[in-house]
Amino acid sequence: MIGIVYYGAGNIFSLTAALDRLGLSYGMIKTAEDFEKYDRYIIPGVGHAGSAMQKLKDTGLVPSIIKLKKPVLGICVGMQLLTRHSEEGDSVLTNIIPLETRLFSEKLKVKVPHTGWNKVFQNTGTPLFSDIPLGSHFYFVHSYFIEFNSNFTIALAEYGIKFSAVIQKDNFYGVQFHPEKSGLAGEQLLKNFAHLA
Amino acid sequence: MNTLTKTNLSDTPAGNELAKRIIPCLDVKDGRTVKGVNFVALRDAGDPVELAYQYSGQGADELVFLDITATHERRKTMVELVRSVARQINIPFTIGGGINEIADADILLNSGADKISVNSAVVRNPGFIDELALAFGKQFVVVAIDTKHINGKNYVHLNGGRIATDIETEHWIKEAEERGAGEILLTSMDHDGTKAGFDNELLKKINDTISIPLIASGGAGTVQHFVDLFKLTNVDAALAASVFHYGEILIPDLKNILDQNNIEVRL
Repeated sequence: MIGIVYYGAGNIFSLTAALDRLGLSYGMIKTAEDFEKYDRYIIPGVGHAGSAMQKLKDTGLVPSIIKLKKPVLGICVGMQLLTRHSEEGDSVLTNIIPLETRLFSEKLKVKVPHTGWNKVFQNTGTPLFSDIPLGSHFYFVHSYFIEFNSNFTIALAEYGIKFSAVIQKDNFYGVQFHPEKSGLAGEQLLKNFAHLA
Repeated sequence: MNTLTKTNLSDTPAGNELAKRIIPCLDVKDGRTVKGVNFVALRDAGDPVELAYQYSGQGADELVFLDITATHERRKTMVELVRSVARQINIPFTIGGGINEIADADILLNSGADKISVNSAVVRNPGFIDELALAFGKQFVVVAIDTKHINGKNYVHLNGGRIATDIETEHWIKEAEERGAGEILLTSMDHDGTKAGFDNELLKKINDTISIPLIASGGAGTVQHFVDLFKLTNVDAALAASVFHYGEILIPDLKNILDQNNIEVRL
């Protein structure tokens, strides 16, 4: 059963609706004790990374999150919170995965926010992408991205620059796109997450 | 861990593989779709949720709902619509229609809307764009603009195009972008309903000057019109209503032809 970290950063209605459609059960994590009730976790998030981090800190859940040993999936800003730092508001984040979250620079000559369906290329054999063809489109909407890093990037996308569509360190995963809005590919990814060993 | 694919991928130069989006637009009044629809498979052509479900199954990339309910029940019916859509479809959608307070936007976001579309309300009160962007992030804010060509210039029109203003469209788009619009939905009133093609000249001019996504609307009649639009203007998305509702253009066919023309689409 999936525990959703409940910290008030944006709308989770679409996420829970997707889990309902897939028949995946879930509950909300509001206190440190709640983590024990679940065997995997989702950290959602939209909006400003700095204010999302502040809200997450205010819940007092950060020390418990850092210690988790079961699968964790950060979505969009929830993914960025796993990194060390974001250029958005010069924000210090959890540093669970030592990467940098950057703004799509004007030099890249791309429109910002990066809005729409972009192709994602995963490492072969990545369990999170079981039954998802290489180069499937996922729905993105973000102005900040996580740099490509050969140690932690397990799927990439290109938008003027190669960036991390998905990162992983041990049991911690982060996806920059919105699986709950990414059609069948996104639903498959959520199912795969629910069945990760 | 397999690193071979990754290594190979990281050696190739970075491109831009963002797909051009195809967006059906549904007009909704009192919880029902307004324009007639002609889908054989549809049990209830007036049910916006079922229509939305059909479109997402056909490969629509996104949906726009414009609520034109005029009664005081509007907010309630919009929220119900957004909740039902968010429960049942797995692609993003935008809702618009009479949103003029932060509270309206807030409840729609929390009901599952990905974006809201604002039009006349922000022309009358441009600061509302700043407020929305600050409260919810610019990715949530689509500024919709109805434009008409008059004596060699383009002017913004309000209330579904019924009221002319002396605001030049190009100036207003620039201002909307600066204030925090995350996307522009531009409807050419001169082309809307003609089925003679999009206003590619204006769309290209606008697209070359803005750095946020541009959705083109007005004039779609044939598949070739979409090919021309993306080839000539490079806009990010195309919105249409009747050609999709009446089954004159099927989205899978449209996307296949765009793909054959080397236009990046999600198949």
